[in-house]
Amino acid sequence: MKRYSFLELAKNAFSAHQNWGRQWRSPEPKAEYDVVIVGAGGHGLATAYYLASEHGIRNVAVIEKGWLGGGNTGRNTTIVRSNYLWEESAALYNHAIGLWQNLSQELNYNVMYSARGVLMLAHTVHDVQSAQRHIHANRLAGVQNEWLTPEQAKDYCPPLNIEKNIRYPVMGAALQRVGGTARHDAVAWGYARGADALGVDIIQNCAVTGIRRNQNGSIEGVETAKGYIKAKKVGVVAAGHTSVVMDMAGVRLPLESFPLQALVSEPVKPAFPCVVMSNTIHAYISQSDKGELVIGAGTDQFVSYSQAGGIHITNHTIDAICELFPQFRRMRMLRNWGGIVDTTPDRSPILSKTPVPGLFVNCGWGTGGFKATPGSGHVFAHTIAKDEPHPINAPFTIDRFRTGRLIDEAAAAAVAH
Amino acid sequence: MSQPFRTEKGGRIDRGEELTFTFDGEEFHGHKGDTLASALLANGVHLVGRSFKYHRPRGILSSGSEEPNALVGIYRNGDQTPNLRATQIELYDGLEAISQNRFPSLGFDVGAVNDLLSPLFPAGFYYKTFMWPKSFWDRVYEPIIRSAAGLGKPPRTPDQDTYANQFAHCDVLVAGSGPSGLAAALAAAETGARVILCDEQAECGGSLLSESNASIDGKDPANWVHETVARLSSMENVTLLPRTTAFGYFAHNFVALAERVTDHLAEPDSKLPRERLWQVRAKEVVIAAGAIERPMVFPENDRPGIMLADAGRTYLNRYGVKVGHKVLVATACDTAWQAAFDLADHGVEVVAIVDVRETPPDNLIAIAEARGIRVEAGCVVTGTLGRKRIKSALLGRLMTSGQVASGGQIDCDALLMSGGWTPTVSLYSQSRGKVVWAPEKGAFLPGISVQKERSTGASKAVYGLQACLEDGYAAGEAAATAASGKTATITYSSAYGGEAGSGGILGALPHDRNASRVKAFVDYQNDVTAKDVKLAVREGMHSIEHIKRYTTTGMATDQGRLSNMNALEIASGTLDKPVTDVGLTTFRQPYTPTTFGLFAGISRGDFFDAVRKTASHEWVVQHGGVFEDVSQWKRAWYFPKPGEDMHAAVERECRTVRESVGLFDASTLGKIEVVGPDAAEFLERMYTNPWKKLAPGRCRYGLLLNDAGFIVDDGVIGRLAEDRFHVTTTTGGAPNVLATMEDYLQTEWSDLNVWLTSTTEQYSVAAVQGPKAREFIAPFIEGIDLSADAFPHMSVKEGTFCGVPCRLFRISFTGELGFEINVSRRYGEMMWETLATEIEKRGGTPYGTETMHVLRAEKGYIIVGQDTDGTVTPYDAGMGWAIGKKKFDFVGKRGLARTDLVADGRKQFVGLLTKDPKIRLEEGAQITTSENPATGTAAEGHVTSSYYSAALERTIALAIVKNGHAREGQTLYVPMPEGSIPVEVTGTVFYDKEGAQLNV
Repeated sequence: MKRYSFLELAKNAFSAHQNWGRQWRSPEPKAEYDVVIVGAGGHGLATAYYLASEHGIRNVAVIEKGWLGGGNTGRNTTIVRSNYLWEESAALYNHAIGLWQNLSQELNYNVMYSARGVLMLAHTVHDVQSAQRHIHANRLAGVQNEWLTPEQAKDYCPPLNIEKNIRYPVMGAALQRVGGTARHDAVAWGYARGADALGVDIIQNCAVTGIRRNQNGSIEGVETAKGYIKAKKVGVVAAGHTSVVMDMAGVRLPLESFPLQALVSEPVKPAFPCVVMSNTIHAYISQSDKGELVIGAGTDQFVSYSQAGGIHITNHTIDAICELFPQFRRMRMLRNWGGIVDTTPDRSPILSKTPVPGLFVNCGWGTGGFKATPGSGHVFAHTIAKDEPHPINAPFTIDRFRTGRLIDEAAAAAVAH
Repeated sequence: MSQPFRTEKGGRIDRGEELTFTFDGEEFHGHKGDTLASALLANGVHLVGRSFKYHRPRGILSSGSEEPNALVGIYRNGDQTPNLRATQIELYDGLEAISQNRFPSLGFDVGAVNDLLSPLFPAGFYYKTFMWPKSFWDRVYEPIIRSAAGLGKPPRTPDQDTYANQFAHCDVLVAGSGPSGLAAALAAAETGARVILCDEQAECGGSLLSESNASIDGKDPANWVHETVARLSSMENVTLLPRTTAFGYFAHNFVALAERVTDHLAEPDSKLPRERLWQVRAKEVVIAAGAIERPMVFPENDRPGIMLADAGRTYLNRYGVKVGHKVLVATACDTAWQAAFDLADHGVEVVAIVDVRETPPDNLIAIAEARGIRVEAGCVVTGTLGRKRIKSALLGRLMTSGQVASGGQIDCDALLMSGGWTPTVSLYSQSRGKVVWAPEKGAFLPGISVQKERSTGASKAVYGLQACLEDGYAAGEAAATAASGKTATITYSSAYGGEAGSGGILGALPHDRNASRVKAFVDYQNDVTAKDVKLAVREGMHSIEHIKRYTTTGMATDQGRLSNMNALEIASGTLDKPVTDVGLTTFRQPYTPTTFGLFAGISRGDFFDAVRKTASHEWVVQHGGVFEDVSQWKRAWYFPKPGEDMHAAVERECRTVRESVGLFDASTLGKIEVVGPDAAEFLERMYTNPWKKLAPGRCRYGLLLNDAGFIVDDGVIGRLAEDRFHVTTTTGGAPNVLATMEDYLQTEWSDLNVWLTSTTEQYSVAAVQGPKAREFIAPFIEGIDLSADAFPHMSVKEGTFCGVPCRLFRISFTGELGFEINVSRRYGEMMWETLATEIEKRGGTPYGTETMHVLRAEKGYIIVGQDTDGTVTPYDAGMGWAIGKKKFDFVGKRGLARTDLVADGRKQFVGLLTKDPKIRLEEGAQITTSENPATGTAAEGHVTSSYYSAALERTIALAIVKNGHAREGQTLYVPMPEGSIPVEVTGTVFYDKEGAQLNV
């Protein structure tokens, strides 16, 4: 792999950029791999990368139905944060935050991780209680998170409307300064390039059509559009379609898939310094390096595999944005799209071994998977390589839905009196 | 006033009305009917903007909404709206426009240094650098990139304009009013079907408004448009919507339209909305979105003065503007020739027509020769000169070898180009239809309809005026019949002229220049060149989605309408794969950028979300009560007397209730009437408690779990009759409880004969609590014996309150003797005012939610959502008593049996008392066994509720603590930034443990 740098860029300018190599190959699948990862999104590619770089397992294929990074990796609002409530979640997302710090350097690919700060607004007494609980829990867990008064929140984010005459005035905010955004496509591409350089085969436009198990029930390989591929281990990281793939191996998962919409405005000069989230009135906003306001909505109400949602959801989200930032009312929506989020009953992911020997699963990230990409890949690679979970993902089993040992992140958002 | 490029006559502008406007502070003149673009061109202004990345000078490229270059800011009412297309802005007197993305001025922009450094900035360069030193990304590189990026400046002040919303139904919605769209609308309307016709432009007619070489029914096309629009306007079943863009096609033929109401007016009526959102449910949709012309990709194809040929023709024929004095026409298809002929006929010198094709049609060559126009066939433009306006073009001759030989240089001040036409399939694609590649047309066309729509005319590559009219009529008739079953005999108009001809080319043109040194733009606004696309392919980006994201082609404000086909062809050529293997990116809404305010509509301030008020609201306002938001409700929080803060008010309210009597508005609690022969059986299955043996006239506390076994709601349920229950829920939980009940009733237990009715808003509820509650309400109640024996705790009876029917509950959430009076909502104000007036006289007090919270905490009653959080079982909460042990089943029963829910070490509901009675713990604070826990220590639990208790004259708290029930008496710690607070674990009931106060 030729390293990227400013010097290299300058050198290539002299040869009119004719000599840049491929960032990744387009290989035909081999007959057999040590590990097959199903799904070339950020999490799948990161898993392959860490299998090769940390565990020396390089005979790995990542098999992708469409094009790499084309699912939720390329459709999210790119928010990175780790101020989750429960110790288990905070540990997982904070592990990712640690890896984000040096990811550009590690991958030698600028993923534009930008610690702009994530401000989570409180609009009701109940919101304040919930935010305070998060802050106290995070402080004990060693996760950065702090309380700001409305005035402090406005100092941090000058466009914010903290007037008392709005329907749900801002009563304060929780700020995680190390939170921010990253360039989503670059994360997929950086991991793809890194994995490819270590020998991982990324096989795009190749749907998995079946999973073969031997008479002991263990994994033997996968049937694909490009033929049968033997595999000692298979890791399924297919977001909303994970339940479909796992069904091929006879494993049922407690996943529901919903459309989740996002939108961007036309690009404008810098207008918004950080990330602002409001769970109560359903709005998330930041500004991309290109200048677009990037806005996320709540999920549609009904399960669907359609990557499109209803206009009423968009209306409601923009209502909220315009209420908090009335100066953006004259801005214009450039593009509105949908993704499919796979959610579990406790809104925490599954990162786990399965009842099938040699089969591993990583799914259920719901609306929050992007931020976890490096951490998720890192511990999932460990789980596959060692055949046992990393301490960080040990609680995120499939089994928890049977035992009831849930990690319920929706919990603290429970409705009030 | 001088408008040097204005024609002597012609065009649809009103030459009698002159308008004054400014661009970057300089004053110009135009006419009513001009767009900002046509008015600037009439004044000879081509340079109007700077490109995104290289800050290259850019001119007006098109005459429509796809314009990538001429984006300006418009000042109005002290603020500006950025990124508006000059080609769509209708001129009004006093219009103030400014150019964007330049510093210090449009003519001299320091950002243009990027153009000189462009060898360093190929596609995706930012992924390869800015990584060292690491700390520079946040502090240096990213801020520089951000300030260089973006187009216009964002608005800074809150928008004062209003926006309206309109829902509409119709039989046939026609999107686009060119020849096909007008014909379709007319044909559909004549059947009597309800028709909505919308067009993004100010005038209906589309291409007919700039047609010079055709007639319809022997008339000028513009006259035909006038007559057709007049006919449509006269029909009651037709809604005509000019300035209205069909921007989003959603499921079930739901189409969103954006109508721009006032932007074109110099002094709009302040009562009018700026824009109006139409949400249309159409039985059938006819997409008549037309086609747009494709730029040619040749080196330096972006200089001001270079324009699409059809735009040049439109400016001439529709706006009376000559785009130059010496015009070069470069084309690959026939339509651009007509532009050259029209210009020549208006006295413009057409220096040459350069056609890529070896043998353009003879008849065109003959017409050109008759006008003395030089024709160069088999020839391409290989470059242009001129910094801020094109000065000359380099020509190249295509050799049979495929090479290009120099064909000399030709002076010009404008260059019109046409690479052919791209059908506009955006709306079809948004309808989730899959476009199909038509190699013979060199275009993607609508395929099978997945919704009830049909495309017509140029949007499905039907070209030529007569063909478009016929296709439009047929589409309109078919749509009307499909929608309404109605038919009519339609007289088709017939057209002469306006032929489409042939030709067209995709991708980059060959040239004899140094490919690595020249820039041939594919996506103008985002500065993506042909070599960028090739670089992306070389680097392994083989899917069009990767190419788009890596190079940003197609991600500009035109969403790839101008660039996609050329980029695709270049990628396909580089990959040596057919275009179908490279793919086309999905078109998403909105079709053109759409104002946020349009979506938000009237949702601002109190209209942002419904405000639910109870009957006491006005009284509370008048008596200085403070409100809190609880879901959509405004609830009275506390009632401060003069000089009291919240703490003092709450302390007084608490004491008064405990000692005397208090009045609380409990109307916001959810209420569900559960009725039917199986009502008791239904509740038996929903709630953990047993219901079948509850006697009519009695109440019971009900606990609702989810199927995982965790508490999700609670409330008192009264049995009014064998088959009738009055169920109450939490305020926030009301909708979910009803939805869950309906879900079970309809999907799991369809055998049960039960009706559910939400009655939350049918009753006003006054809670009267305190030792004097009985004597306080007695004078108002008739028909109910209130004595302790006749009406014990947990009873319900029907009687009257001040003569109106009421349901009276004897229940308590304070631990005191308590009653809740339910009257019909229409008597709510009467009840509240009667009680509130009386209670002050009797030394009692109204109290708010905060006092309610404190009083219930003193009694250890949970608040679902505060003391529980979706992870707490009834056993955890110390409420195992609420579970009917003999019950066959209830929601959550199996969940409760799971191993982790019965394991040791669960977090349980306890009381906490701080060692120092003055310290009030923070709600949400964590609890540990160690006084100084190390970072990363798992918490033993957290504080769920914490108050100052007037009755106990100290602070109290409730908490969830691991193994808490067994830890009573132990000392734990609440670590805070200022130091740990020692606390003792206690039971949850702090006041009147025996419940003596309840049973009086």
